[in-house]
Amino acid sequence: MVKIAVIDYGMGNLRSVSKALEKVSPEAKVMITSDSAAIDSADKVVLPGVGAIKDCLAEIDRLSLREVILNAAANKPFLGICLGMQALLNSSEECGGRECLGVIPGQVVRFGAQLNCDETGEHLKVPHMGWNRVVHAQPHPLWNGIESDSRFYFVHSYHAQTDSAQHSFGKTTYGIGFSAAIGRENIFAVQFHPEKSQNNGLQLLENFINWKI
Amino acid sequence: MALAKRIIPCLDVDAGRVVKGVKFVDIRDAGDPVEIAKRYDEQGADEITFLDITATSGERDTMVNVVEQVANQVFIPLTVGGGIRKVEDIRRMLNAGADKVGINSAAVFNPQFVAEAADKFGSQCIVVAIDAKKVSGEGESPRWEIFTHGGRKPTGLDAIEWAVKMEGLGAGEILLTSMDRDGTKSGFDLELNSRISKSVNIPLIASGGVGNLDHLVDGIKIGKADAVLAASIFHFGEYTVQQAKAHMQKHGIEVRIDER
Repeated sequence: MVKIAVIDYGMGNLRSVSKALEKVSPEAKVMITSDSAAIDSADKVVLPGVGAIKDCLAEIDRLSLREVILNAAANKPFLGICLGMQALLNSSEECGGRECLGVIPGQVVRFGAQLNCDETGEHLKVPHMGWNRVVHAQPHPLWNGIESDSRFYFVHSYHAQTDSAQHSFGKTTYGIGFSAAIGRENIFAVQFHPEKSQNNGLQLLENFINWKI
Repeated sequence: MALAKRIIPCLDVDAGRVVKGVKFVDIRDAGDPVEIAKRYDEQGADEITFLDITATSGERDTMVNVVEQVANQVFIPLTVGGGIRKVEDIRRMLNAGADKVGINSAAVFNPQFVAEAADKFGSQCIVVAIDAKKVSGEGESPRWEIFTHGGRKPTGLDAIEWAVKMEGLGAGEILLTSMDRDGTKSGFDLELNSRISKSVNIPLIASGGVGNLDHLVDGIKIGKADAVLAASIFHFGEYTVQQAKAHMQKHGIEVRIDER
């Protein structure tokens, strides 16, 4: 029985994430937890999150979770979602600039104020909210059964820029192109919400459960 | 433009049942919220909104149960509005499985509540719901005012100024209902929608008055809405969400159609 820890640091829709994991893998043991020992004992770790990066990092430190997260990110199948993805990069522009966990080289930057659609000239609003397409930048086991250019549900005002193309696995266009999926070795992290992206999202979570590294 | 315009079926829930009225009166029973939500999910709805219309008179627990049951089976964004007045109300709904909450009257009585909620839970989950009615007469420059209590109480607040203020306080989205049109099946108030959409930089959901699929197209193209919300055209089986999306796509609007 695979044990999955969904890290609880007070940031957002943990129940949605755990319900979606239970849906695709009824036999998995899904724990919503902030307990270091439980996270250490898990086979796989999910770092979810919505909200602001300063609260995210402050809560991670207040609960003394930084070390256990870095440990898991170093050797277990690890899935970051939304803010949980942004936290993996080196730094974020949000909240006046914050150092993040530095697991994947790159930055988190805000969508520009004057964001326009290339084709229509339409002014694009921020947050980027709704169903957008993700083009596979590289093959990955978590894309199994998901066509390139499929739609996922996004809601965010900041986006990832990886330093190197080797860490980008999915690209989305919203006025500009950005990395919607990033990763390295045992880590995969997505800007969109697989737990809210219906069939495609559930497929990605199922792939995560089946992912062997 | 790859971001799809959204179709959001709305379920007005009264004591655990979906109902739909005309101009907030004459309520008809439309079924079980969990069954209806599942049906819309299967039809490809992009989100689902619940409006708890019993909320102001108590009875919140029923809604929490409904949200919990739906969230166990439906994996698209869920919004819950109606009677959201305290931080604790928001936390309860999010814990039950909602992704966003709609704040309506409480924002009018205490605008700082929107700021507090956005700070605590993030703007992405704070939808400010605006109920507006046209108050200018024939020949006057158009003006819309915010109403509360299901459209009964005028507030003196200008709808466009209010939307801008709500964005400034941290709203992540505006749900705009035209009280003149709600339940009439005569289409959205397109002028009101386009004015608000151009005045704010956050997404706008158009609501109130959808009677046919052309109304949805107009809401996006003329009303400049980012999403369209409708209830009765879907509840009573006149149209499916697929039909609505196919119609919008035919008119050049980008929509999410599951390829599988």
